[in-house]
Amino acid sequence: MSPRQFDQRHPHPRPDDDSAPPPAGSGAQARDTEVDSLLEEIDDVLETNAESFVRGFVQKGGQ
Amino acid sequence: MGVVTVRRVMGIETEYGLLGVGNPAANPMVMSAQLITAYANEGMPGSARARWDYQDEDPLRDARGFRLDRAEADPSLLTDDPQRPAPEGDLHRVTLRRRPGPQPEPATVANVILPNGARYYVDHAHPEYSSPEVTTPRDAVLWDRAGEQVLLRSSRLLAQIAGMPEIALYKNNTDGKGASYGTHENYLVERAVPFEDIVAALTPFLVTRPVICGAGRVGRGQRSEAGGYQLSQRADFIEAEVGLETTLRRPIINTRDEPHAESSRYRRLHVIVGDANQLEVSTYLKVGTTALLLWLLERRGLPMELAALRLADPVRAAQEVSHDLTLTRRLDLEDGRRMTALEIQRTYCEVLTEAVQHAAGGEAAAPDPAAEQTADVLARWADVLTRLGDDPASCAREVEWVAKLRVLEAMRRRDGLGWDAPRLAALDLQWSDLRPERSIYSRLVAADAVERLVSEDEVAAAVLHPPQDTRAYFRGEAVRRYPGAVAAASWDAIIFDIDGAPALQRVPMTDPLRGTRAHVGELLDAHPDPGTLLATLTARPPGPQT
Repeated sequence: MSPRQFDQRHPHPRPDDDSAPPPAGSGAQARDTEVDSLLEEIDDVLETNAESFVRGFVQKGGQ
Repeated sequence: MGVVTVRRVMGIETEYGLLGVGNPAANPMVMSAQLITAYANEGMPGSARARWDYQDEDPLRDARGFRLDRAEADPSLLTDDPQRPAPEGDLHRVTLRRRPGPQPEPATVANVILPNGARYYVDHAHPEYSSPEVTTPRDAVLWDRAGEQVLLRSSRLLAQIAGMPEIALYKNNTDGKGASYGTHENYLVERAVPFEDIVAALTPFLVTRPVICGAGRVGRGQRSEAGGYQLSQRADFIEAEVGLETTLRRPIINTRDEPHAESSRYRRLHVIVGDANQLEVSTYLKVGTTALLLWLLERRGLPMELAALRLADPVRAAQEVSHDLTLTRRLDLEDGRRMTALEIQRTYCEVLTEAVQHAAGGEAAAPDPAAEQTADVLARWADVLTRLGDDPASCAREVEWVAKLRVLEAMRRRDGLGWDAPRLAALDLQWSDLRPERSIYSRLVAADAVERLVSEDEVAAAVLHPPQDTRAYFRGEAVRRYPGAVAAASWDAIIFDIDGAPALQRVPMTDPLRGTRAHVGELLDAHPDPGTLLATLTARPPGPQT
């Protein structure tokens, strides 16, 4: 997860980048596969009792 | 410094959400004070525990030129000392103040100045980190991230103390149940710019800006009355076009006008409608594009093309923009045209790109980080707007609402969830949990699914050290180098308490671009003893600002 160097950011390479601009949809499919594996990691940290966690998350107003 | 620049004195203040782990009913004011006390006692060894000095704070001053009567003000606005309505001080001279009698060390600390020049304090029922003054968008990102580390370390330190609670901290702006708390951007703007021009130029810009930097939110309506997703955390809490208040009837353009600088020259633009961002590129674009627009107003005034973008109903438009995930909804303009948020943002981007090219003229591009960032902000802005139009999902590395929506949609698809599913609301909240082991954003970082602009080493250094190119340098260094001698500080002054001196000595820092490392670095190095530093300062007016 080394941060990209500030001066090397253009263009923005993505693992799922095709060389030609893909029609909306095909790039999206590759991204779906990537995000599905991310979901498994998210499952591991998500509060097990989501409902009571969300209900208990009450803040006072601020600015 | 070149003429073409995003360079501007600015800073980000963030109120964090907080929750007692296993004890959601714990008092947030008490917990906020516990966090800050733990950090003041354990988190900054060797640094001064200087208190905040309220002398020059005047939150009731209004940019439109009048002053809200204190009796009419909502009590929550009185962030300065209500007993002492900020007198005008001498701008340039070290002044003396009577030393108060011996006071017991307070058991809790509500307000502390950090060695990086930031202010860390209890604001209402939230801990707030006000970043030191920076001058570039990238530094805004860096010292904003440093704030997260200060808060996280506070909770870690507190949890190690027997009898103290474990507190989870959230860098978001709403609990989804009617409460909102702010992430405010501050920009120093030349007072010569008419305030009407600021309102005219900034209103359509801020209303549509969430398309490039909104943090995303599960739920619609202040109390999440309707299920669904929206681009912005803050949009549903915007209720007025222009106004002074920040805690109720929140306006698109806030008129609070405490420049913390020479008020004849500057105003401070206090932007209260933005979201707290995790994605670094979102913060970078948020402040970078706004700084560029202010540059244009200062140098060229309000161009016709931007004046023509006046919205028919800006408050309603803010919600329309935030609720439209397709980015195709047309907003009514006062002149009868109907434009999408993307079209409006593109107009700003094109006008600013052209203005920057024009101002650059034939000038040789000297190596200047601000000039590089100007070009970079414009290029990224145009690129993101194009891709948001073609395939919004392609912006998931940079645009926070897109990144969050991507994982929410994936979970919805996989688990067959409707938008009212508690797991989606939990994911939204945990997105901004500062604890890496609980944070959804941290999972994306670990998977290299988001772009980073600053390294962890840089962030760690920014926790301990101030920016070098603003007065935050003098403030932070004074706190770090002279721990026993700094009695108090504020944005624009430091009050020294020197052993043997007959009185406290107040050193003004009226100009945010003075007190930099270039100005005072050698002087500080030459005076490890604060007594001789003050003797030198008082011997050669005007103060440290030479």
